Amino acid sequence: MGKQRGIEILVGLFMATGFVALFFLAMQVSNLSAAVNSEGYRLTARFSNVGSLKARSPVSMAGVRVGRVEDVSFDKETYEAVVTIRIDPGVDTIPDDTFANVFTAGLLGEQYVSLEPGGSPEYLRDGDEIAHTQSALILEQMIGQFLFSKAGGE
Amino acid sequence: MLLDGLARLGRSGLGALERLGRAHLLLAGMLLGVGEILRRPGLLAAQVFNIGVLSMLIIGVSGLFVGMVLGLQGYYVLAQFGAAESLGVMVAASLVRELGPVVTALLVAGRAGSALTAEIGLMKATEQLSGLEMMAVDPVRRILTPRFFGGLIAMPLLAAMFSAVGVLGGYFVGVGLLGVDSGSFWSQMQSKVDFHEDIVNGVVKSAVFGVVVTWIALFQGHDSVPTSEGVSRATTRSVVHAALAVLGLDFVLTALMFGD
Repeated sequence: MGKQRGIEILVGLFMATGFVALFFLAMQVSNLSAAVNSEGYRLTARFSNVGSLKARSPVSMAGVRVGRVEDVSFDKETYEAVVTIRIDPGVDTIPDDTFANVFTAGLLGEQYVSLEPGGSPEYLRDGDEIAHTQSALILEQMIGQFLFSKAGGE
Repeated sequence: MLLDGLARLGRSGLGALERLGRAHLLLAGMLLGVGEILRRPGLLAAQVFNIGVLSMLIIGVSGLFVGMVLGLQGYYVLAQFGAAESLGVMVAASLVRELGPVVTALLVAGRAGSALTAEIGLMKATEQLSGLEMMAVDPVRRILTPRFFGGLIAMPLLAAMFSAVGVLGGYFVGVGLLGVDSGSFWSQMQSKVDFHEDIVNGVVKSAVFGVVVTWIALFQGHDSVPTSEGVSRATTRSVVHAALAVLGLDFVLTALMFGD
């Protein structure tokens, strides 16, 4: 009986270690600690081009992450990209004339939405749409324009 | 002459089909025996001990070294692109998605699968399985089922330990020795490694490998020729087949899970 009990204790220890390892992977390695915010409120913004923006890309103000992109869809009436953003609940003072840009982190980094607050005393509420947006800068387009203006200038 | 060749080909084809059929009958028998391990959880605990606890040392040490090597190699490549801060992503994603489940399965096939095959094969050779049957005890349920579920339970936990220790090994080399920033190591890792996409899929993968490795090991033992030569051949086949099955299945599972 003593041997059986020893085995059971060791197996229990083994399983506990396994679950601790899984927990470590879930909380420390993956984004689970950051992803499960179904709280907060939603805003939408329309862009004529979002580049490679995807769901779960960060949304930042002044370089600090204040939310995440929840969904990127296509509006077939206006041919625009509709980006749904979930803003953290603590950040509830975003003016309604805020400007939304799609920027790239670094030269080759991932794309994110940057919000630049305006000066309006009215704040955006759940379900509101950000009216002022600027599309992603597409590197090929910029190079094309640059070449075109060079050629035109001479 | 030609007919002889054809007959040989046909015989080997039929033999392979027969073996496949017997393997599936054995699997069905083991799955139907699940009631036995509910009645006697001690049998299951002993097998989790054999397969899991006794494999912890090799899994931990291998995980640490694989993580450290990933840290070193990843740093040299990433530093050329000025992206050494992404080391954490590289180490964690490759461990959690691929190396953790696959290397764990290969190590378990070598460390525990071969032992299972030899054990069952010797039980068959020394007619212990027939003895059990004489006493109206179903050897599949009593002997094979606990081993099968023991492997199924132990494998994902071992793979999780492998990945966790590997990430720590990569952290030790990357941050401790090579001077990658600790904050960006973790934060980039957390922003790029997805819980459902990467961690859950990795666990599913290793559970599938657990089923396959223990199933192959038990079948090879149960199906071995009951002589000392037969058992030794079965043990070799067990490791070779398990390794091939794991690597082949890994490709299929990766294509199914991570293909966007």
